[in-house]
Amino acid sequence: MAEKLFQSAQAALDGLLFDGMTVMAGGFGLCGIPEHLIAALRNSGVNDLTCISNNAGVDDFGLGLLLQSRQIKKMISSYVGENKEFERQYLGGELELEFNPQGTLAERCRAGGAGIPGFYTKTGVGTVVAEGKDHREFGGETYIMETGLVADLSIVKAWKADPYGNLVYRKTARNFNPVMATAGKVTVAEVEELVEPGDLDADCIHTPGIYVQRLIVGKNFEKRIEQRTVREAA
Amino acid sequence: MPWTRDQMAARAAEELEDGFYVNLGIGMPTLVANHVPEHIDITLQSENGMLGMGPYPTEDEVDPDLINAGKQTITQMRRTSYFGSDDSFAMIRGGHIDMSILGAMEVAENGDIANWMIPGKMVKGMGGAMDLVAGVKKIVVLMDHTNKAGEPKFLKSCTLPLTGTDVVDMIVTDLGVFGRPDHDSGFRLIELAPGVTVDEVRSKTEAAFEVAV
Repeated sequence: MAEKLFQSAQAALDGLLFDGMTVMAGGFGLCGIPEHLIAALRNSGVNDLTCISNNAGVDDFGLGLLLQSRQIKKMISSYVGENKEFERQYLGGELELEFNPQGTLAERCRAGGAGIPGFYTKTGVGTVVAEGKDHREFGGETYIMETGLVADLSIVKAWKADPYGNLVYRKTARNFNPVMATAGKVTVAEVEELVEPGDLDADCIHTPGIYVQRLIVGKNFEKRIEQRTVREAA
Repeated sequence: MPWTRDQMAARAAEELEDGFYVNLGIGMPTLVANHVPEHIDITLQSENGMLGMGPYPTEDEVDPDLINAGKQTITQMRRTSYFGSDDSFAMIRGGHIDMSILGAMEVAENGDIANWMIPGKMVKGMGGAMDLVAGVKKIVVLMDHTNKAGEPKFLKSCTLPLTGTDVVDMIVTDLGVFGRPDHDSGFRLIELAPGVTVDEVRSKTEAAFEVAV
């Protein structure tokens, strides 16, 4: 077996990066983001990135780090409301932005990973999202064509991995990670725990190892919480 | 007297049916979860990848890997399942979710809804709103009857960029309830908040509607 395990995020990205590349990053808000790989991207200095990610992090964490350092040229996202630096760069014309409805974004990744170049969806019909897109009727209803997305690199975060790159996610930290893992020409995963071969239940693997080329085990995950909402203990 | 936010949420909750799978939008719609009638069992979907969303955690239960679509910490239940974003929107787009209760900036008399963008202000993005209105079986809008300037929000046609066209089935405001049996019909005023008159609703509504109270 080709060795998938690398000793650091920096080592795992070695030889994969080039200016102007497209990077998919898993996560929803700050939940389930590949925080070590994002930090390594920042330290690499790679520039003019097109980042495909549901959100853009916050000013000082997640993809916000790459905005702060001006490494992102364009974002493809569904919601970027938590990021002031994003707003400043976008309104100043320094950053390109393409909004995709969240389900369309997820399906574009799924299609890209599954070798499907385009698909039709009802989402966005009659809105700005539909402008310039192919419209077609099926069964009396109008749909628009959306295209599949493939990235030069996908970075994802999982809970556990085995050395074969089989991945298991935890709770809602799964989100975009498995679908983006399928849509990278190269996919690098960071995990909290590496287990021995056979320790993952083969019936319960979320991402089969074929989608994962490189792996790291992250230390001291920050796992920042955006909205800490609690109730009184009974 | 117009309904309070909680009374509006309670009125929207009356639309729930036993066994429904429901997606609640961010803001006022989240209050609906507090008003589900006793005899009704529903399952809440959170579009970031969860069915069976439980209440907020206690301080000890807070888990950064467990949030809802509003990025708030929540809890799981015995019925909970987790899935990826592609599966989540497959169930939304595929018509498997029975009802979504959403906020809105504007609704038009033909069922158009605008709830994601105000041009000239910072654009935050539509998130999952366009997918929800396109795919969920029944769309209930929960909104104040007028905006902060006192102008109608239920209009002849929306002025803001649309989230979806001809998708709204019911509107619950602080003044009353508008419904329509199908998308070929116009909206009817079917209920008034206590003490609110048809004339008051008319004076604060631009959309055409039949009166059926």
